[in-house]
Amino acid sequence: MITIDNLTKIFETENGPVTAADHISMEVPEGEICVLLGPSGCGKTTTLKMVNRIVPPTSGRVLINGEDTTGLNTVDLRRQIGYVIQQIGLFPNMTIEENISVVPRLLGWDKARYKARATELLDMVALDPSIFLKRYPRELSGGQQQRVGVIRALAADPPVMLMDEPFGAIDPINREIIQDEFLKMQKELRKTIMFVSHDIDEAVKMANRIAIFRTGKLVQYDTPDNLLAHPIDDFVESFVGDDRALKRLRLVRVGQVIEQSAPSVRMGDSLEHAFRLMEQHGYTQAIVLVNEQQQPIGYVSRAVAQTTQGFCGEHYFGLKATAHIEDDLRKVASLMFNHDTTWLPCTDSTGRFVGQVTQRGVTHYLGATYHAQSDTAALKHVAAQAE
Amino acid sequence: MYFPRFKPLFLLALLVLVFLSGVIIERNNWLAQFLFYSEDIIYLTGQHIELVVISGGLAILIGVPLGIILSRPSVRYLAESAMQVLNIGTTIPTLAILALSMSFLGIGMVPAVFGLTIASLLPIVRNSYTGLLEVPAHLKEAAAGIGMTPLQMLLRVEIPNALYVMFAGIRTALAINVGTVPLAFLIGGGGLGELIFTGIDLNRPIMMLAGAIPTALLAILVDMLVAICAWLIVPKGVNPLRN
Ligand SMILES: Nc1ncnc2c1ncn2[C@@H]1O[C@H](COP(=O)(O)OP(=O)(O)O)[C@@H](O)[C@H]1O
Ligand SMILES: [Mg+2]
Repeated sequence: MITIDNLTKIFETENGPVTAADHISMEVPEGEICVLLGPSGCGKTTTLKMVNRIVPPTSGRVLINGEDTTGLNTVDLRRQIGYVIQQIGLFPNMTIEENISVVPRLLGWDKARYKARATELLDMVALDPSIFLKRYPRELSGGQQQRVGVIRALAADPPVMLMDEPFGAIDPINREIIQDEFLKMQKELRKTIMFVSHDIDEAVKMANRIAIFRTGKLVQYDTPDNLLAHPIDDFVESFVGDDRALKRLRLVRVGQVIEQSAPSVRMGDSLEHAFRLMEQHGYTQAIVLVNEQQQPIGYVSRAVAQTTQGFCGEHYFGLKATAHIEDDLRKVASLMFNHDTTWLPCTDSTGRFVGQVTQRGVTHYLGATYHAQSDTAALKHVAAQAE
Repeated sequence: MYFPRFKPLFLLALLVLVFLSGVIIERNNWLAQFLFYSEDIIYLTGQHIELVVISGGLAILIGVPLGIILSRPSVRYLAESAMQVLNIGTTIPTLAILALSMSFLGIGMVPAVFGLTIASLLPIVRNSYTGLLEVPAHLKEAAAGIGMTPLQMLLRVEIPNALYVMFAGIRTALAINVGTVPLAFLIGGGGLGELIFTGIDLNRPIMMLAGAIPTALLAILVDMLVAICAWLIVPKGVNPLRN
């Protein structure tokens, strides 16, 4: 856990003092990623660098797992904190192996151990150790260097990581890939991470919590979903963008909005049976047809079931698209737009039909947090009036 | 490796040239005259090398640490003025430096070494200093952020990344040094300058060449040695010679 307590940094410059961080207080819970987000020059980097004392604070404290770091030896402190700088900062005079082994060697690991560790870490980011261990940084692409920068910080398995725009110097496609890789690693490693970004999409994707900065002040500290649903003021609202409702889509997984225990029909069921099921569940359009393995293979339309005699197996249409239970709603919305449909059958990891996601379900889910908020706001209003 | 590359045509031209020179030398009996000085050449070359090694070695031993110290943040306020002083030092011709050092150290080997050391010091100090300053700030930040002590940072990050520039300074310095050593004779420091200057004085071109040719060969040899050292010592990842 990282606790920042009333942290302030004032730089004395030729043009007078610059307050880069102004009484910042926040807490990053253990195992979470906190993204510091804001426009350029708002004090994100300064705040981050005060955690490992690259920038000494003017006032205030930083606690790591409850321990005040103010009096600690900076060298010892920094060896416990993984640090990824914006410029990657691989040492060009060292091989990739030597770069990764820097901190373990400073900590006095024996040779066999740090060598094994370097190999393991390269494997983890899908860089073949037999090729890359002996290479020099200049022989790597930007994306490969960035991966090495991250695993170098992870080498000694520090509980806390500081990352300053770690995926900034890289093209958008590779950035998405590295972000996904990193999230996968984080799922297992559960580091406590402070992560600077100026990109709202990256923040929404990576963060458990987002801290929005403006001119040295922490304006809002919230979960990505809350931040997008309830920006605290106009600045945050404009910063997160007027497509914030769409951005929320990527935060929600199909599993969260799925209509559970949705009915389905099989080849051998009669159309009459299908129609009755649709009546019961209020389906105005269609019902999913599954095979013996419970996998969705088509649908029977309500119009057909109502007007025709026979079996579902004889009168079904093929499926245009299905959603996976782990997909986010952005993908679902995109599939719906692409295929001009308002509902999609959903499958689990074995490909079996587990329910369906509908446009109404999505709208309802996203709307629910707004309603909840306006309810509590109304209650507060009532309470305030009662006093 | 540092090998001059010869084109075949150039090689042929060289062969012809060597052959013709050989013929001319033989006709005039120059070789025998030249070999007349062989004992002097060997003795004086030894002295010459001694001067280069001692003064060049001293210049490196003093110049590199001085450059490192001047590049430390704690003395940076001093560094620029120190560089100015050294810069003024180089504008003084090396002959004048030798003359000055003779004026208070007398004649002999000691003032010669002293003068030569001073004359070759500046490029070493300056390149060590700027090489270290030019190590990108983000590398130093990464090193500090990782938890290196200032000394570890100097030894593992700053010096390795500055070495190439530092070697360039040493190379320049030794070139100056080797070129200046013949002048040491003028203040009684010995070396191949003795043959050169005496040859000039007595108007004996062969005697002069007996000093000049080994001097030139030595200069090439020293330059090659430095280049080989740079090739071997500068880490592969930051060594432009080893791409
Ligand atoms: N070393 C410094 N000296 C003077 N001013 C600085 C220094 N570092 C940062 N600043 C100023 O502090 C403010 C915040 O900078 P920074 O934390 O780097 O912003 P961000 O990372 O959010 O872009 C800026 O106005 C910047 O100019
Ligand atoms: Mg920044």
